[in-house]
Amino acid sequence: MEKVVCETEVEIKNVDGLHMRPAMQFVDIANQFKSDITVSNNETEVDGKSIMQMSMLAATCGTKLKIKAEGSDAQKVIRALRELVEEKLFGEPPP
Amino acid sequence: MKFADFVCFKATVPELKARDRDGAIAEIVSSLDKAGKLGKGKCKEISMAMIKREKEASTGMGKGVAVPHVKYKLVKDVIAAIGLSSAGIDFSALDKQPVYSVILLISPADEPDKHLQAMENVFRHLQQEKFRKFLKQCRSAEHVEDLLREADENSSL
Repeated sequence: MEKVVCETEVEIKNVDGLHMRPAMQFVDIANQFKSDITVSNNETEVDGKSIMQMSMLAATCGTKLKIKAEGSDAQKVIRALRELVEEKLFGEPPP
Repeated sequence: MKFADFVCFKATVPELKARDRDGAIAEIVSSLDKAGKLGKGKCKEISMAMIKREKEASTGMGKGVAVPHVKYKLVKDVIAAIGLSSAGIDFSALDKQPVYSVILLISPADEPDKHLQAMENVFRHLQQEKFRKFLKQCRSAEHVEDLLREADENSSL
């Protein structure tokens, strides 16, 4: 199987930041893919498929996160997660 | 943020009488009320809001822990309390397993960043198997306070 690595930076744009509900949505989408997914702020790198780990990021509105996907569907992962975070704002309001 | 910054140790419920989720939430909120952390007569309102939130999506994240929380306009800072159940409580957790340790948080309505910082602290420790095990084994409010204060000093816990 082809091994693809894709990386992108997204900015949290909803006013409440990455609290539990958005984190759940993120993890739900991440788990639909085969790729390994890691998410990091500058200090911590966590597993994008684990709700406990994602809740550790404390990503407030304006925080930039790096998403890295590794696997055959890595490009799709990045597209889906970027859409959730930056376009749909997790279905939540901006500031 | 550290546990000692937002956890009300006086409100710890070392052995929950409640056997179900809604009862456990009400019991811990009422304990915070008795510790003087909530406005007069707000207890029921807060419990109801928290149960409503819980029905939308369980905060039982698996591995025997749940983190019910709600925003509430009358608090200025995040306040939290711990409740333990040796029998285990059905929280409709993600892994369908019973919950033994409940960390309940009430956050101010207009300060999402404070809520996130408190949650970061909670999950950084809950993440560690050792911490979850020790918390589950606590049998008194003093044990809980000792553990959380130790966790504040020791990042590997």
